[in-house]
Amino acid sequence: MLTIKNLHAEINGKEILKGINLEIKEGEVHAIMGPNGSGKSTLSAVLTGNENYKVTDGEVIFKGRNLLEMSVEQRAKEGIFLSFQYPVEIPGVSMINFMKTAINEQRKYRGLPELTASEFLKYTREMKEFVELKDDLANRQVNVGFSGGEKKRNEIFQMAMLRPCLSILDETDSGLDIDALRIVANGVNKLKTPETSCIVITHYQRLLDFIVPDVVHILYNGRIVKTAGKELALELEEKGYGWIKQQLGE
Amino acid sequence: MDIKKKYIDIFESCAEQFRKSDTDFMFAKRNEALESFRQNGLPTAKTENYRNFNIADIFSTEFGNVLQNKTNVDLNEYFKCEVENMDAEVVLVSNGMYYDQNKILPDKAIICSLKEAQTKHRDIFEKYYNSSASNFGDGFVNLSTMLADDGLFVYIPDNVRLEKTLQIINLNHGFGSKNIVKRNLIVLGENSSLSVVVCDHTLNSSNNFVIDTTESFIGNGSKLTHYTLQNEPDQSSLVSSHLAELGDNANIESFVLTLHGGIVRNNLRVRFNGEHSDANLLGLYLIDRKQYVDNYTLIEHLVPNCNSNELYKGILDEQARGSFMGKIIVHEGAQKTAAYQTNRNLCLTGDARMTTKPQLEIYADDVQCSHGATVGQLDEEALFYLRQRGISTKEAKLMLMFAFANDILMNMHIEPLKERISGMINSRLRGELSECSNCLLNCEGGNCNM
Ligand SMILES: Nc1ncnc2c1ncn2[C@@H]1O[C@H](COP(=O)(O)OP(=O)(O)OP(=O)(O)O)[C@@H](O)[C@H]1O
Ligand SMILES: [Mg+2]
Repeated sequence: MLTIKNLHAEINGKEILKGINLEIKEGEVHAIMGPNGSGKSTLSAVLTGNENYKVTDGEVIFKGRNLLEMSVEQRAKEGIFLSFQYPVEIPGVSMINFMKTAINEQRKYRGLPELTASEFLKYTREMKEFVELKDDLANRQVNVGFSGGEKKRNEIFQMAMLRPCLSILDETDSGLDIDALRIVANGVNKLKTPETSCIVITHYQRLLDFIVPDVVHILYNGRIVKTAGKELALELEEKGYGWIKQQLGE
Repeated sequence: MDIKKKYIDIFESCAEQFRKSDTDFMFAKRNEALESFRQNGLPTAKTENYRNFNIADIFSTEFGNVLQNKTNVDLNEYFKCEVENMDAEVVLVSNGMYYDQNKILPDKAIICSLKEAQTKHRDIFEKYYNSSASNFGDGFVNLSTMLADDGLFVYIPDNVRLEKTLQIINLNHGFGSKNIVKRNLIVLGENSSLSVVVCDHTLNSSNNFVIDTTESFIGNGSKLTHYTLQNEPDQSSLVSSHLAELGDNANIESFVLTLHGGIVRNNLRVRFNGEHSDANLLGLYLIDRKQYVDNYTLIEHLVPNCNSNELYKGILDEQARGSFMGKIIVHEGAQKTAAYQTNRNLCLTGDARMTTKPQLEIYADDVQCSHGATVGQLDEEALFYLRQRGISTKEAKLMLMFAFANDILMNMHIEPLKERISGMINSRLRGELSECSNCLLNCEGGNCNM
């Protein structure tokens, strides 16, 4: 699905990613953990094509194609979805209009007919139930006045609507209460198919209890310094990052 | 070329004709305006309220021919089509001349040409005409008083609420460069209401200079909704002034939408003469290329307990330039005034320029006033968010621009009109606004391709 080779990226002339290598196969869930500021969100921004970041070296192959050559919207239409760490509020744009435009642009790209108004409403209703999104949220302006937890739930609602093949969940667990965490995680699990993959960025084991990763990576100072099975997350939970730093001789 | 002298010459060349067709009252008003114009002339770059306005740009074209002849085409032919959704009385004004359709309004409400009103409705006319404009002290308003050949007169008697919206279509047409000068007078008695929509409909790309002044008098307990939809060709110039006087418990909702125009100057003055009155003033300008739009508003709180709420927004693309100057004066003793003013702008390119200057003058101590102005770009983060969901950059930008303009729509209170304007804004932002979709009339099918 996704192959990242020696990826270097900078923002405002400051190098943040310093040679990332990663291979994600179809159907896999990869967790990325790592201390604050290590570059996790930067990686998700670079993968989704955020133009504020400059790729200085390396390559990214997505479904056999050069991802770095694609525009932000093309990547999205190819099936990359980012659940933002900090979803932005967009006053004046309604959730309904936003989602309808997004879905229909994606369908057009895939050669599918646009959804009719009634098909769209029916689909929206189903997906809302899927993540137990409060009824009125879909009628409101994008993220405006949503609580922190509601914003995160809204991200997964959009994921359910758009059915991406590669989802990147950037700290989707932060801000969620215990019940919401379970609902959101269940949603993500139900959306999982043998053809879809998921990158889960998180600081805590608790999300990984629900969304069980196949592989856990530690991103530290712009590099992946350790890769192991799901037990690595438990080890981090217990010991923190000190021992990693020691191993790296810092 | 001395512009002042030129206009005085124009007046003198028409004076004889005016004297013949005017009532004594009307002719006297022209001469009063002439005297004021002789003294003050037109605003210059040093005139405080016109600081960003380059008058020389207007007069780089020579304009002639003030007195229009009525057009000999049957204008109704061009407007056979029905207005969609909107329950409107349509009134045509052609190059500033009222186009007589023997319009009969219900409940003794009156609509007629300014010319006709001078004699037929002399009492009302002489009580109000020029009583507000004469103290505005604006050179262009003086010019309109001096030179206007015609315009519109609307009178709504006490206790009459006109349900249908009055839609006034300004048809500007013909070739060459003309001065088109008009004066409108709107009078609402007590406890009455009126909605007016004024639309420009330019039939070909002539480079006219339109000077348009409207006085409106809103009696106790009355409400005026006044929408102006400006859509002039790039080469044209327009100075439009609306002077509104409010009584007790009166209400005005004003909306000025500039969709196109070469050089546009809008003056809006609202004076609170009676307590417990409200003004809701909205403005939106969507301009590109080398267009210039200048909005000047003056809100005068002369008495206590009135509210004014002002929201002007603009989107400037390419090399468009804009200016907003909003003055609020809370006079001595006008306690419990609430006056809010906001001007927000989006400059889509580095070449687009916007100057904004709010001004508050407060001479009372128990008031609530605020003003704010911003000039910014589209929110990059929001743009990225939309694109990350697969929405093209172009569509995402449109969504954000429309969202920006939507604030204004949310403040409108006539549903079908709001919908039509929303559609117009949408097509304007998409660059799809054609000559035929530019007015509220839905004259598709080549009915108005002159
Ligand atoms: N515009 C910028 N200019 C300079 N440095 C930046 C800029 N944006 C981000 N950075 C830096 O890039 C580094 C990586 O940030 P990033 O957001 O990727 O970290 P993260 O691993 O997601 O952290 P967290 O766990 O706190 O979310 C940080 O040191 C941050 O300060
Ligand atoms: Mg982060």
